[in-house]
Order: sequence, then structure tokens, then C-alpha cells
Amino acid sequence: MEELENHSWRIPQSYKPGMQVPGIVFADKILLEKMRSDRTLQQCVNVAHLPGIYKYSITLPDGHEGYGFPIGGVAAMDYDEGVISPGGVGYDINCGVRLLATSLAEGKVRPKLVELTNTIFHKVPCGLGSRRKDFRINLQDLDRLMEEGVSWLVEKDMGWKEDIEHCEERGQMKTANAAKVSATAKNRGATQVGTLGSGNHFLEIQRVDKIFNPSVAEAFGINEEGQVTVMIHCGSRGFGHQICSDYLRVMERAVHKYRINLPDRELACAPGKTREAEDYFQAMSCAVNYAFVNRQAITHHVRQSFEEVFKQPADTFGLNLVYDVAHNIAKVEEHEVNSHRKKVWIHRKGATRAFPPHNPDVPADYRSFGQPVIIPGSMGTGSWLLVGTSKAMQRSFGSTAHGAGRMMSRSEAKRRFWGGEVKEVLQKRGIVVRAASAVVLAEEADPAYKDVDRVVQVSDEIGIATRVAKLAPIAVVKG
Amino acid sequence: MLRRRMCLIPKRRFQFLEHTADIYIAAYGKTLEEAFENAALATFQSMTDTDRIAPQIEEELEVDGFDEKALLYNWIEALIIKFETTYRVYSEFEVTSLSRVGKNYHLCARIRGEKFDSAKHPPKVGIKAVTYHQMEIIRGSEYVTVKFILDI
Repeated sequence: MEELENHSWRIPQSYKPGMQVPGIVFADKILLEKMRSDRTLQQCVNVAHLPGIYKYSITLPDGHEGYGFPIGGVAAMDYDEGVISPGGVGYDINCGVRLLATSLAEGKVRPKLVELTNTIFHKVPCGLGSRRKDFRINLQDLDRLMEEGVSWLVEKDMGWKEDIEHCEERGQMKTANAAKVSATAKNRGATQVGTLGSGNHFLEIQRVDKIFNPSVAEAFGINEEGQVTVMIHCGSRGFGHQICSDYLRVMERAVHKYRINLPDRELACAPGKTREAEDYFQAMSCAVNYAFVNRQAITHHVRQSFEEVFKQPADTFGLNLVYDVAHNIAKVEEHEVNSHRKKVWIHRKGATRAFPPHNPDVPADYRSFGQPVIIPGSMGTGSWLLVGTSKAMQRSFGSTAHGAGRMMSRSEAKRRFWGGEVKEVLQKRGIVVRAASAVVLAEEADPAYKDVDRVVQVSDEIGIATRVAKLAPIAVVKG
Repeated sequence: MLRRRMCLIPKRRFQFLEHTADIYIAAYGKTLEEAFENAALATFQSMTDTDRIAPQIEEELEVDGFDEKALLYNWIEALIIKFETTYRVYSEFEVTSLSRVGKNYHLCARIRGEKFDSAKHPPKVGIKAVTYHQMEIIRGSEYVTVKFILDI
């Protein structure tokens, strides 16, 4: 492995026969050490074997071992000659994050914080088997939801028109085709719209801790330190998990059919122009839309909670959507490769799109600044708002990191902490905690994760997304 | 020389192995059927406390797979789907047949459990999916081990 420049490392193509391109790792020495302790770098090398991959297989500063692809990985394959792989997206399709900005200062929220957190905890089902009894969707509506995305929910008065503009893809991948989704996936999805799920998913009420880039922050609606924000981190629930699982089976057969040689069964994929690739992409797009709608529905319940607790209409407090961005997704995009524009299948697995200023896919009101990038930290630490750059287009196909990444096993975390103690420590720091499971609280304790500040610093120093503001939790709702 | 006979049968029906992000299970059995039963029990043990699940409702389940690993994957996935679509949790698993039919493997099982109630069944973590990652089916001389990872 050779060091290229600050925080950039190359795994040469000669490292292993079969590699189509080199691997590139963005990390400082400490993050790189963590990657060496599991199979992250091996998985980066494996991805470099995939047919039609361009430039390099990328591992981002938060890279850690995943299934097939590392988490914190980006790969771009030629649209015609390359492949698309469900393993390059992951089980939780469009696991992502959205940020709402209020016009309230922390001091206004503090006196009602416990009540507000309780109300949200009550209105947004979370934890094992979370489902909604009040919002069961029939199958026709579910088809519309997965094809139309956020606008379908706005039509149902569960969102504001402006919300649509501030979602990646405007909350709808038009490639969605409900006919490509199995009945099992639809059954799993029918009761889960507007639920948080469990594991590392969370909902936080936060305060703006520090502003690093005031002009960009202001454009995004972040005006001063102490301002209250709300962050929602979740994905496509059982619906997306089932679509991934269904299409891994399809791709396993495709690998035999098209005689693709793979270093790992979980890289199963299909060539871009085939029926299998097309079907997966259309079904995946449905799960992407489902996840956007899920976060939109949760937003609706958060706004209702503010109304109930503060007894005024939600828009009195702002509660505007800053942005909603995907962390697990495959897209068709155009990127510059050796001075040519190439149409590619871009895979972002545990990676955030980070488009630069003046890009047409950035919402009009943000276009002169760049796309907002939201990177959640571990429970009780801090989260980050960044902005995309033209360097990201040159170096990482318009992508950056997505989070902290675990470094301690769940069993180890449970040996070291117990839920009650974790909650107490957070409460001592003034953070209100409501959790569906004490076990999950222990497993998700902050020391089990890498330092998100370090991940963000590396991203900032390489320039693939730069810091705008740091957000600190004042209340946590946890599955 | 004193030759001690190692106890090869694990005392536990399954155990959770170390894994950074997810749940890594090793389940044991005198037969492949029993190992599959214990794999199912371990799956529900990672969601809640299976001792507290009364085996009140009995259901039958059948799955296919083109090889043994695919059969294990499909068996665990079928149970995850059961939980999410019927909202039931299970504590007893009886694999009544596991055989090769032509090119495919086929499994029939009876599973017993009850409606999930978070007041009675302390919730742990939700499972997104079973994976092929580090999946192993090891036939020892005296018992079978199956290993697999649950994505959470």
C-alpha cells in the first residue's frame, strides 16, 4: 500500500491478479489501522475485480467490513459494459438521514424537552418489530407510494411542498417499478411506513453546537449556535431488506448465466444491459422511494409532536427540511473518466453523495453553495452538516463518508456497559433518552463507535466535503 | 500415556461469536436438522428472551434451497418474514424433514410461539436479514455446526 498524499492511500492493481483497477483508501493513520483490523481493505480489493469498474475502488474514512462491498465504499461501473450489484447497496436500501431546522433556540425547547421527547417516542414507533396500527397501507396505495415517493405523501397532507425540493432525487427515483417487487416485500412493508426500526437508527433533537461555514450554513437554514434541529436516521425497513434478499438470489443465478468470476459470493451482480440488472434497479428504486417516504412520514409525526407540545402550528417553529440524503444507494450518473464523460452505475454503500456548487441535481436554492451532506455520529455524540465540493467529483465520484462506523462488537459493548448506565451518563450530560430496548442502548454506547469528528476531519482535509456545522444531541429516541 | 477423551458435544445449543457490527451465530446439533433448529432459536434469542415465549401457536413451514447454505439462508429468512408479517415470536422449532429432492434441498418444520408483546418479551434488536457472509456448515465427527451472520 502506498501513500499518495495527505490521507490518501493506494492499493496497486498488481496487488492481486484479477483486479481491474487499483484501490484507493481515504483515511488518516488511526482510521487506516482500524481498517486493517478487519476485512475492509480485502473487500476494497475484491470490489476492484468487478467487470467494468472505472478508476478505482474507493474506501472512505469511515470504511469498515460489510457484506461483499465494504461499508464506506464507492464504485462506478460502465453503464453498458459494467455490472450492478445489490451488495454494493446493502440490505437497508436508502438507509439515510434527514435534517430539520427549527427557528427555536435551545432555551425555548428545554422546559418542554421531556414532554416533547415522550410525545415523539409515542408517535414514532421504534425498536424490534416496530409497526403502525394507525397507518396500514393497502397494496394499491403501497404501489403508488413506492413509485411516486415523497410527493404521494405530500398529496396526503403529510408533508409540505418544499420538502420535496430538499430531498435527494426530489424524493422519487422515477425508475421505480412496483411490478418488480415481490409480494413478500410488500407484506413486510405495508405496516412499517413511518417507523424508525432498531439497531443504529435513531431520532435526535439537537442543538447547533458550532458553525464552521456561516454563509453556507445560513443558506441551509442554520443561522446560529444553540438553534434547535431534528435529525432522523432510518431506512427502507423490512421492505428494502426483502428486495435486497430477493435480488441477491436473482444475481446468484445471473453470475452463473453470464459467467462472471467473483472473488466473493456476496458480490453477486449482473451486467448492466441485462434483464436481471434492469429488474433489480427498478425494484431498488422502489425501496429508495419507500425510505424517503418513511422519513417523510416520521417528519410529519415530529411536526405534529411539536404542535401538540407547544400548542401552535408546526410552521411557526420553522421545522423546515434542510435536506434528506441517502447513504445506501445505486444510481445512474455521468462522471468524468480520463477526460471523457461516462455513464456509470454508481454504488454508494455507506457513502453520501456530495455534489458541488452549480450541479443541476442540487436544489435550486442551494445550487450556488453545493449539496448538503449529513453525517450522523454515534448515539449521544455529535453529528455533522457538510457541503459537497468539486474535489469530490474529481476524487470520489461525488461522494464522501456517512458516519462513525463501529469498532467494538455488540457482545463486547454489552460486557462493558449496560443500558441503564448508558442512559444515566447521557442524562448527566443533559441529554433526554427514550429507548425501546435497554440492550440496544448498551450495544450502541458511544465508545463502541469510531470518532465521527475524525472521519469528518479527514473528509474536510481531503476536500471531498467540507464542514458547515456541528450538531449536538439534546434528546435521543432510540430503537 | 493417559488418553483423555475430549468432550465434543458443546453444552450450549448455540453461541454468539464476536463480530464488530452484527450478530455472528454458531449453532450446534447432533444432526443437521438439530443444528438448523438451534440456529432458529438463536435468531429469536437475538430479538428477545426465548424463555419467555410460550409455544402456544403451532405453524408449519417449508423452505427450499439449491444447496445446504441456501437452505439455511432461506430457513432463517422465512422466520424473519414470519415475525414481521404475523408479529409472532417463536421458541420451539422442530425440523420434521430435511432432504434432497432432485437438485434441490427441502425442509419441513413445525414452529411454535405466540404473539409478540414487548411487555412480556423484552425487546432486543431487530434483524434486517440473514447473510451468506462467513456462513459455514461444518460436519464434525460427532456433531454439526452451522455459522452465519445476521445483519441488524
